[in-house]
Formats: sequence, structure tokens, C-alpha cells
Amino acid sequence: MSRTSIFAILLIGGCSERPVEKPTVVIGAKKFTESYLLAEMGASLCRQAGANAESKDLGSTPTLWLALTQGDIDAYPEYTGTITRQILKDNPTDLDAALAAHGVRMSKPFGFRNNYALGMRKDVAASRNISKISDLRNHADLRCGFIPEFRDRPDGWPGLKRVYGLPQENVREMNHTLAYAAVVDKSLDLTEIYTTDGEIVQHDLLVLRDDLDFFPAYQAIWLYRADLERRLPSAVAQLRRMEGRIGEPDMQAMNTDVQFRDETVNGVSAAFLASKGIDAVPTVDPSLAERVGSTTSEHLQLVIPSLLAAMLVAIPLGILASNRMRLGQTVLATTGVLQTIPSLALLLFLMPLTKWLFGSGIGAPTAIAALFLYSLLPIVRNTYTGLTGIAPALRESAEALGLTRWAILWRVELPLAAPTILAGVKTAAVINIGTATLGGFIGAGGYGRPILRGIDKSDIPMMLEGAIPAALMAVLAEAAFGAVERWIGRRRG
Amino acid sequence: MFHLDGATKRFAGRTALGPITLATPTGKTTVLIGPSGCGKSTLLRLLIGLIEPDAGAVYFDQAPVTSATARAIRLRVGYVLQDGGLFPHLSARGNVALLARHLRWPAAKIESRIGELATLARFPTDALDRYPQHLSGGQRQRVGLMRALMLDPDALLLDEPLGALDPLVRAELQDDLREIFRTLRKTVVLVTHDLGEAAFFADRIVLLKDGAIVQDGAPADLWHRPADPFVTRFVQAQRGPQLPEAA
Repeated sequence: MSRTSIFAILLIGGCSERPVEKPTVVIGAKKFTESYLLAEMGASLCRQAGANAESKDLGSTPTLWLALTQGDIDAYPEYTGTITRQILKDNPTDLDAALAAHGVRMSKPFGFRNNYALGMRKDVAASRNISKISDLRNHADLRCGFIPEFRDRPDGWPGLKRVYGLPQENVREMNHTLAYAAVVDKSLDLTEIYTTDGEIVQHDLLVLRDDLDFFPAYQAIWLYRADLERRLPSAVAQLRRMEGRIGEPDMQAMNTDVQFRDETVNGVSAAFLASKGIDAVPTVDPSLAERVGSTTSEHLQLVIPSLLAAMLVAIPLGILASNRMRLGQTVLATTGVLQTIPSLALLLFLMPLTKWLFGSGIGAPTAIAALFLYSLLPIVRNTYTGLTGIAPALRESAEALGLTRWAILWRVELPLAAPTILAGVKTAAVINIGTATLGGFIGAGGYGRPILRGIDKSDIPMMLEGAIPAALMAVLAEAAFGAVERWIGRRRG
Repeated sequence: MFHLDGATKRFAGRTALGPITLATPTGKTTVLIGPSGCGKSTLLRLLIGLIEPDAGAVYFDQAPVTSATARAIRLRVGYVLQDGGLFPHLSARGNVALLARHLRWPAAKIESRIGELATLARFPTDALDRYPQHLSGGQRQRVGLMRALMLDPDALLLDEPLGALDPLVRAELQDDLREIFRTLRKTVVLVTHDLGEAAFFADRIVLLKDGAIVQDGAPADLWHRPADPFVTRFVQAQRGPQLPEAA
């Protein structure tokens, strides 16, 4: 049994209906519907091979590649163009050999291509006489919205701009789904799209022809660890049953079903595999109560350990800071800087560290480590403020009494600063509950998972399934801390 | 009991006190008096090592007061601040018992000692569980005194102990305090700026000005044998009530 699964079992605690002797396979998914679907198919096929399999939402390409190469996941669906342009940043003649150097193998294509392309509303395109990308040269005023990856990658907007000589400067960074919505309501003219996106059909958008063949072929394939082949050859064999079986219309239809027909990822992928006569063991869709129950428990398993760990570290740090002014400024500045690191960057930075420390770079440990760092500032700052704000006369009174330095801290200063420290912990708890939704990026589950999946398919009820309990939890935490504060206040009259 | 030998204290390069040489007689009450900023509180804080002299030395019971010995000495000296210096997070009882609890006295011993002190300081037993905010100024001062006396110290230092009280409460507490000093026969050093109060308590008065001793002697000496014109001015500045002439 891997260290990952030991950790998972420890975290889940008593939930032991999983037979531990089964081998475990973890499939990663990027944060968009197509990837969720393919990963779910992979998980159900691995179960068919007798493995304990699950799919985990891990966000973006760098996260998945890191998780794959350091062994947190066994496989994930990728696109050939992304491998050469973004992962290897090279176009080797022998792609298999280049991947093998990283201990990674590649399956044959599933059959469909999901190319990058540019899309616009048909009526807007017609009014400006645009049908292909080179037509854009004469329309410098077009408003563009791209996802950050596309905007910054050499195989995205910068390369496209150079090759076609495009003049547009009004480029905004936007979430993929929001960009679609903006194009539909005409607050944007142009966005990047994937050729299998369900939105193309749904909104009847025009896909501009890539007349200079800039975009590479994005063939969908599996990337899997070479050691999976040795560890569980049957799982690899099962995964490869998807090769050549999924056409572009199939994928577009599945994406549309999930995004616009209110069907579930698990249901759509199961139905597709069945329609192709591929037998598998699909993931059963849990009921709403089961879903909220498990996301709540996952969320608490992120919030509570990270908050406790932050208290254990931040309160002593605050004490230290209040005693040594220069060190204090450094500590406060450092925890302040931590607060400004974007969560995705912090997670990516932490993955190798948590892999080394806990044996797993994805899931709860990484999310907890990030939340721990984010929770430090409010607690350190309030401990510092609480202690430095004690009236000098009281401190002198304690000293004159003949108490030791530690006794003064323990019996006088900390109790006097307690309300301020507690307020810091309350702030940290509320921020932590909100921020713990980053668990959705890193396979740690929690309320972030339905929120991110809901955003991906503009599915408001699904977003609310995460957002409402998260808000309730924050309100409850606030109320609980408020009750403790009042209790302390009453004791002091 | 306390002995300063050429003790000097500077703050920000400016001499705040000294050099001062002074010994306080055991079992007697010494009152330090002088205008604001004369260094009387600084002197008091030197005595229990809350601050250290820049030059000269301070002794308690023949032993030098240094940062290494200060804590042991503080356990033998009670210290009372204006308004009691009570900790707001502890009840009256908690404030009085704090040090004894830290020293792991048995609970029964603590309770009986608090009982004795409440009687001595005429503090109502039913108010022991109140927090400082819910006590009157006079009561807070009595709790501060009980706290200082908890370990039955050899000496008692009081820094403007009655400064924040209204006249009636103040007079009552002055009577009680003097009674306690006489009963317990402690070495007392009291700081005040009120000459009437100083004369009321003192076996001996030390008048300070600009960090130096101007006159040191029995209270009556200030009136009858002033050391210099400043003493006379200081004595005359403390005026009693002037009755309007009857119409």
C-alpha cells in the first residue's frame, strides 16, 4: 500500500469499507469538463482492472505534470500540443523517448483533437467580414478575453500575434467560462476556445479558420507513469481501450451534455463507455446529502488541522515578535508577504515539499500546508498587537511582584492579550474556511470542488452546493468564536 | 534595610537621579517627597531592581540589588502602585493570590492568608470575587495592599498609593494604612507629592529636587529647620483651606 493511501486512510479515519489490499490508481483531471469526463472514464476502467481508482481535480497543466512525475497520480488525460509546447518546450522527433526520460509514457490518441482556436459571435464576425484569423489584422479595436495560460504561453496569444501580425492590444485575462459569457452578451468580441467545447454548439459561435496553421494538433491521449505498466499492467491495458474510440462529435456532445443538459460527469461518461461496448465500473453519483456531507467533512479536515497548526506556530511567533522589535518587524513582514502569494502558485511551490514531507504532493497535506501559511498573518499580528498593547504599568506591576519572565507571560500578559489573540484566530478561521476552497485545485476536495466544477459549466446550483455550506460554516465559526469572546468578557465583568 | 550608595540614573543622557546616598531605617516609615519629575519614583524603582543604576550601587539587607538578585528581593518586598496596579483579568482574590499560587502554596494556606489580610486591610470578604472594574478606588487600593502583603514581606514600597482617591476615602485609607504600618512594623518607603500626607505617615522625610536630596530628617524639620529656600517654598506651597471671612 502506498504512503498516499495510508495518509488517506488516516485522514478519513474509521471509513474502512475499502479493502486495503486492492492496488490504488489515481487519475488526475484538469479543471474543465472534458478533462473531468476523460479522467472519470479512466477511473472506471481502472476499477474494471480490479484497482481502487479515483479521479482527482488538480487544476492546471504544471500541477498535473508535477503530480504525475513525482508519483502523486498515475495517469491523466493530456493533449499532444500541450506536451511539446508547454511541458517539454521542445518538439523532439521521438516524443516517446523524451517522455520516457521523465518516467512517463503516452497512449495512442483517443481519436478527437481539441485544438485551440479563436471564436466570436457569428453576427459580429459577419458585420466585420471576418471568417479566418488573418482577417483580424484589420480590426485592431476588437476586445479580447483569454485565460491566463493562453495569454502568456508562446503557443498561445503571443505566438499567434507574431505569426499573423495581429494589432489587438485590448486583451483581458479571464476565466474560460466567463469569457464565453462575455462574448455572448457582446462585452467581448474574441476569446480563445477549444474545438470540442460544448459552448460552440450551444451559443452557435464562429470558429475562425487557422489559415496559417499556427495552432498545433492537440490530440487527446493518456500520459501515465511507466511504473504503472509494471505495477498494474491490466490498468494500463484498460486505459488504452479508449484509444481511437472517441471522435470529435462524441466529445463535443459529451461536453454539451454535462455543461448544458444538466447531466453529471459520471453519468455521461458511463453512458458513453456503455454505448461503445466498453465495460467499466463507473463512479456512482452520490445524493445531494451525501455530497454535502463528504465535502463538509473534507472541508473540515482542511480547516481544523491548518488552523490548529497555525495557532501553534503563530502565537509563539507573535510572542517572540513582541519581545524583539526588529525580529518582530521581520516576522510581520514575512507573514504579510505569504498572504500575497496567489493560491495556485503557492500550491505548486508546496507540492515537492509536501511530497517530501508527507509522501504525497496532492490532496489534503498540500492544501493544509497552504492554508496554514495563509492563517499565520492574522494570528501573529493580533498576538503581537495584544502583547505590545498591554499598559506598561501592568507589566511593571507583574514584574515588581517577583514573578519570573515566564510566569509574567503565562499568568499576566497572555491572559490580558487573550481577547485580541482570539479575535485574530477568529479572523484566521473565517479566512481559512473561504480559502480552503483551494482544495478543489489540488485534489483535496472540500467545498471548492463543487464550486470549481460549477464555475466550469456555469452551473449555479452546483456552485451554490459549495458556496452556501462554506458561507454557513464561516458564519458558524464566527458565532462560535463570538460566544467564547463573550464568555471571557463576562468573566472579567 | 535599603541602602543607596552613590546611585545615579540617567534617561536619554540626562541625569534623572543622583548621585544619591541614602539608607532607610528598618521598621520605620520613610517618605520620599518632592515636585513632579524630582526622581522620587525613579528612586523607588531602583530599590527593587525594576531599573538598574548607571553608576553607584543599591543594596537590600546588605546584598546588592542586581538583575540576578532582583527577583529574590522582590519576593521579600511588597510594592503598591497608584490605583493598585491590579490585573483586570483576575478577581480581587486572584490578584492577591497570584504570586502565592505561582509559588505553589497549598490552597488552604492561601485562603487563610487572604482571610487575615482582608481583616487587616478592612476589605469586605464578599467582594473578593469581584473584578477590579467593579471595585471602588479605595477598595482597589486595599486589594493592592493585600497583594503586596501576601508573602508577609520585610519591606513595603508604595508609589503615590492614594493619589487617585477622593478626599474622604483618602483620609480613611490614610488612617488604616498608618495603623497597618504600625501594627506590622515593616520597613516602609512611601512616595507622595502631598506634604500633609508625608507628615502624617513619616518617621522621616526625604525631600528631593531635580534628582538630588534637598533635605533629609524628621517631618518637623521641614518647617522649623529648612535646609534652603526651596524647602520653605515647597512647605508654603501646600496650603490648607482658606476660610472666607465672615460677613
